[in-house]
Amino acid sequence: MRRRGVLLLQVLLVLLLSACSSGSDSGGSSEGDPLVVYSGRNENLIGPLLEQFTESTGIPVTPRYGGSAELAAALLEEGEATRAQVFLSQDAGALGALQAEGRLAPLAQQQLDRVPASYRSPAGAWVGVSGRSRVLVYNTDLVQAADLPGSVLDLTRPEFRGKVAFAPTNASFQSFVTALRVLRGEDQARSFLQGFAANEPKAYPGNADIVNAVAAGQVPFGLVNHYYLYEKADGTEGGLASLRAANAYFTPGDPGALVNVAGVGVLTGKADERTARFVDFLLGEQAQRYFAQETSEFPLVAGVPTKEGLPPLADLAGPSIDLSRLDTLQESLALLSDVGLT
Amino acid sequence: MLPAAVVPQPAAPVRGTAAPLPLLLVVPAVVTAAVALLPLLYLAVRALQHGPAVALDVLWRHRTAVVLGRSLLLATTVTAACLVLGTALAWLTTRTDLPGRRLWAVAAALPLAVPTYVAGFAWVSFLPAAAGGVGAFAVLTLCCFPYVLLPVGAALRHVDPAQEEVARSMGLSPMRAFLRVTVPQLRPALAAGGLLVALYVLSDFGAVSVLRVDTLTRVLYTSYTSSFDRTPAAVLGLLLVAVTLVLVALEARTRRGGLPVRTSRPAAPTRLGRGRWPATAAVAAVTALAVGVPVAALAWWTAVGSSDGLDTARLLAAAGSSIGYAALGALVTTAAAVPVGVLAARRAGRLPAVLERAAYVGHALPGIVVALSMVFLAVRFTPGLYQRTPVLVLAYVVLFLPLAVGAVRSSAGQSPAALEEAARSAGARPLAVLGRVTLPLAGPGIAAGAVLVFLTCVKELPATLLLRPLGNDTLATRLWTETGVAAYADAAPYAAVLVMVAAVPAWLLSGRGRA
Repeated sequence: MRRRGVLLLQVLLVLLLSACSSGSDSGGSSEGDPLVVYSGRNENLIGPLLEQFTESTGIPVTPRYGGSAELAAALLEEGEATRAQVFLSQDAGALGALQAEGRLAPLAQQQLDRVPASYRSPAGAWVGVSGRSRVLVYNTDLVQAADLPGSVLDLTRPEFRGKVAFAPTNASFQSFVTALRVLRGEDQARSFLQGFAANEPKAYPGNADIVNAVAAGQVPFGLVNHYYLYEKADGTEGGLASLRAANAYFTPGDPGALVNVAGVGVLTGKADERTARFVDFLLGEQAQRYFAQETSEFPLVAGVPTKEGLPPLADLAGPSIDLSRLDTLQESLALLSDVGLT
Repeated sequence: MLPAAVVPQPAAPVRGTAAPLPLLLVVPAVVTAAVALLPLLYLAVRALQHGPAVALDVLWRHRTAVVLGRSLLLATTVTAACLVLGTALAWLTTRTDLPGRRLWAVAAALPLAVPTYVAGFAWVSFLPAAAGGVGAFAVLTLCCFPYVLLPVGAALRHVDPAQEEVARSMGLSPMRAFLRVTVPQLRPALAAGGLLVALYVLSDFGAVSVLRVDTLTRVLYTSYTSSFDRTPAAVLGLLLVAVTLVLVALEARTRRGGLPVRTSRPAAPTRLGRGRWPATAAVAAVTALAVGVPVAALAWWTAVGSSDGLDTARLLAAAGSSIGYAALGALVTTAAAVPVGVLAARRAGRLPAVLERAAYVGHALPGIVVALSMVFLAVRFTPGLYQRTPVLVLAYVVLFLPLAVGAVRSSAGQSPAALEEAARSAGARPLAVLGRVTLPLAGPGIAAGAVLVFLTCVKELPATLLLRPLGNDTLATRLWTETGVAAYADAAPYAAVLVMVAAVPAWLLSGRGRA
């Protein structure tokens, strides 16, 4: 027993030492070292893109995948000691949090200028790489285009009673609630949500479930992100045309038309030629097309076409709001729970 | 480190000897306790970074009271349900003539292999109405009752059946005799199992996030994910630690008094008579709900989804990483737990009790908090080890230490202290007594603890996600990746292998309890 214990301890020590000794390579960033990228976007989506980057530039990439918020928290704890050079985030909020603590280095003006001003940090600390819009998905058999509401606030009207699906725990729905609070104030947000709750909306676990239910005619309307319809179309024989569902965009400037972005920032003190090339790559045609085709998101760089069936980016008119200010979700959650929606 | 002179002497030893505490045990036990307390350092720094007024403001918020109440309600109800369900199943599988009871004893331990996020997904995908407080109660109960079943089953095999037989000969029904005579003797096992359930429920994020119940842990998470503010999260983390310490003290109070007496005589199985088949149906139903539903969901996802084809090499690599990290985690955690557990079992007095309680501090904390503590500390003090295996293993130690400490304490407590005294009086050195008497006698129990830590490490997600070495994947992190793009068909193989890897130790546990 004791012998075995000693043996186990020895094995353990060897493992620890080998782990430590391989730890001496951190630090310097000479040519040929991998670029360390923290990605809050999914590996299945970003992995192939990183390979394309390495192929076209010869710069190897070491990615670390995680949730955007968890990685942002880790980056804040790591501070200047971080090995990360680039942070790729699912949403603007996580980038805003790093910017607020001075953890993001300013990007080059020529990089920022490639993306419309509303989809990047006003201070130039991060830039959006792809966009997603809130829409009302509807069943084309059950709903005439003429009967579509202009504003999300119309959904409290009696003709929508029991007819609207929503995903109360989905982050994008909650961002919409935050935008509503920021744009219209607490009182109007509360009275809308109370009216919405009283109108018997149908709660679903997620956006994909809503699109499925709408396409199947189980519910006429649903509040979702625009790309779920295209994801369903990609997995359906006959594509978009065979689905009995379509996206309706709210009127320009409506809180329901919120456009959020996934974006990229470079960590303070880590900017070099490789990080610049990486940001350039994400804003380049190849990556922008990749986002447009693979995720059906809106490419944010002018000249790159949106996926077939999607309106051009210029037609999108979300409310004007600084996306990194959508960081008061806690209050939105409290409000949702107050009015009985979660 | 505490010099020997500072160590308080036990005033009135309850068990064990009044000899001075051996430094051989005290020094490593203090080190272990210090490691377990590491997250407190981080939480204190973060909670107070904007001054005590901000921290108190978070604490006095109405919402904090509401979610604390909800967390405690969930923990209390799930613990109560697990105590009833776990004891009933333990009795049926050890003390009755239930048809196929050995098989059921194994099956009833298998829910330990199912991560709560998988169980949650499974229930919601079959039954969307499962979302909510009642659903979370049901899913957590079905995932957690083995924490009661295993220690109670082991204790039932050791409790002397004579007293119960006397009670029955005096006219008590089998059920009454069990409740009035045997259950009080099971108190230590019930208390230990109940504590693990309660702490698990407090720390759980998987089930409550899928089933959408705003518990303290979920609100703590949203504080990171929504406002990117680490202060409220840290304050809520400290609140969780406070609740943990209260629960641990309660458990220690409940545990006091009853020590199961080892017996070599097995109890004569109670005849269930006409109740046999209803009892079998009930056991089968619990197993079906706890294991069958998640497994069916995995099969369903595989069947309906369109998969791009399975990357077997990647699956095997992830399985290898999972097993490697979990094995290291189990090994180090158990080694760290031995001095704390042996001291707690053998010595009365304040220091062993304090060291043992310290070991529980990290257990009710959500993985993300412990992970961020490790990030905070490693980056500052051991930058060379950051994002390498040792720091990940250390996080496992902090998170799962109580699973091993409990196993060491209860198994060391069951062997007679007189054997150690005899060895000592025969001139054996303390190290020899520990290595040749104490540990071998407690060996099976300690191994069971290590196995429990292993399977819990395999299921762990948040800390693994942040701390695993760059470029390495485990089954849990791959599963997370695949479900993140709603690719349930691609996720199913990872979930299935994860459940299988964790099922082997669960199966071992169900058998080891028999020893």
